[in-house]
Amino acid sequence: MQIYLPIAEISVNAFLLLGLGGIVGILSGMFGVGGGFLITPLLFFIGIPPAVAVATGANQIVASSFSALLAHLKRKTVDLRMGSVLLIGGLVGAAGGVSIFNYLKSLGQVDLLVNLCYVIFLGIIGALMFIESLNALYKTRSGKRQPRKKHTWIHKLPFKMRFRVTGLYISVIPPLLVGAFVGLLAAIMGVGGGFIMVPAMIYLLGMPTKVVVGTSLFQILFVTAFTTLLHATTNYTVDIVLAVLLLVGGVVGAQFGTTLGTKLKAEQLRILLALLVLIVCGKLALDLLLQPSELYSIGFSS
Amino acid sequence: MMGRVFVILLACFALVAPVQAEEDIVLGLNQTEVSISTNFSGSEIIIFGAVKRETPIPEGPELAVVVTVSGPSKAVVVRRKERKFGIWVNTDSVEVDRAPSFYAVATSGPIHEVLTRVEDLRYKISIPRAIRSVGAPMEVMDSAAFTEALIRIRTRADQYQLDEDGVTVDQQTLFRATVQLPAALVEGDYNTRIFLTRGGEVVAQYETLIDVRKVGLERWLYNLSREQSLIYGLLSLAIAISAGWLASAAFGLIRR
Repeated sequence: MQIYLPIAEISVNAFLLLGLGGIVGILSGMFGVGGGFLITPLLFFIGIPPAVAVATGANQIVASSFSALLAHLKRKTVDLRMGSVLLIGGLVGAAGGVSIFNYLKSLGQVDLLVNLCYVIFLGIIGALMFIESLNALYKTRSGKRQPRKKHTWIHKLPFKMRFRVTGLYISVIPPLLVGAFVGLLAAIMGVGGGFIMVPAMIYLLGMPTKVVVGTSLFQILFVTAFTTLLHATTNYTVDIVLAVLLLVGGVVGAQFGTTLGTKLKAEQLRILLALLVLIVCGKLALDLLLQPSELYSIGFSS
Repeated sequence: MMGRVFVILLACFALVAPVQAEEDIVLGLNQTEVSISTNFSGSEIIIFGAVKRETPIPEGPELAVVVTVSGPSKAVVVRRKERKFGIWVNTDSVEVDRAPSFYAVATSGPIHEVLTRVEDLRYKISIPRAIRSVGAPMEVMDSAAFTEALIRIRTRADQYQLDEDGVTVDQQTLFRATVQLPAALVEGDYNTRIFLTRGGEVVAQYETLIDVRKVGLERWLYNLSREQSLIYGLLSLAIAISAGWLASAAFGLIRR
């Protein structure tokens, strides 16, 4: 069944979009990532103009992350206090990221820089997570337990706050900085930033994996809602018909994903996410390294 | 519908300014309006007509017919990738001032036989002539490669079409052509031109417009997104949030 998209101005298969949304939704519920780093390249691939893909992808992530967040709220695996602290940092970072993005745009080559950002960050995060999860898996098998709650310089900072759900008593400075950094990258790369946020919470803040997913979703929801509004009012690139098709698949997928996620062990969850991140990174790196079949591309002049 | 359009066009043919008065074109279209609705998946334009003349069929080369359909034009930038530091990046770019979003040429024979180069230049009929590119930057030596790439990419997407056997001519009097509009269509006025040629020279010309418009929900959403962008943005957020909540509530019920 073909459907004509009013803003993208092309006609696409409705079932293809439903399926695409569903897959991304499952990942979103399982790992607490918005799925922006997946859905945007996938939309490019089926021929949606990049600007529309980025903006509509953000809108779709609002739906799937809200659906997944509700499931996590019921299970009480969201640290609202930590989420709010991260969000404050995130919005500040996003505002800064938008101005950096516009500056890069005025220089041209913004596509290349976004792609390089993806390859570098996905590569580093994916590799680190993969190695760490393999180690953790090996240690639990051999019966050793990892020493928890290492006291580092992070615990010596002022402005301490108690995060009851997370079970942490730490300074608000690291979460604020993590939030701001993620917001900054998210605005430049046009994604929610879950794939950076999740590892940052686990490894930098030392939060337990079960709480991390819900809390990350909380932050992603607000950042992507903000991005959607920004795109709709400045670039007119949010395609509501495309978004509806994607999010119908997405919200259903997110519910399945959340159920699936609770059935897996934390280490297994982390290894799967790491593999996924590495696959996307590898695909983007190949696009940059291999000679494209068509050297020329058409863009609209402003 | 078809008959009515034919009659209207028949009535209007007196307004047409022919190149030479001897042969005139009487034209019909199967549709003068293309409506883009939600389930739009492309459309077919059938162009048919007759040659009207007061005198017998002239001696000499046989009559040929050329039909062009052209969508709204827009300036585009064609960029070329080059390998730098091991990765492929956009380097040179050429701005093409005028490139139709859709362009189809149908002829009754090989285009170089039915049309001389001079006439092609004059009426801008063939695809390379329909594109206007001036002002390639000084450092780009091979600006022709960029327009060739533009034509190549758009031809692959069916946005540019050349059908050298697309017009059938009967008894040098009746002709008929079919143009396939792709699903990815930009709205606007689609200029349709018909040329009669003899020995490559244009002897008569006719022009009409096909109106391609979004209708219904498509129209409403498009207008809303341009004129009330904040409301449109909030609407998309509201849809997203309520869809997320609905799915969550529905699954909660199923699990219980």
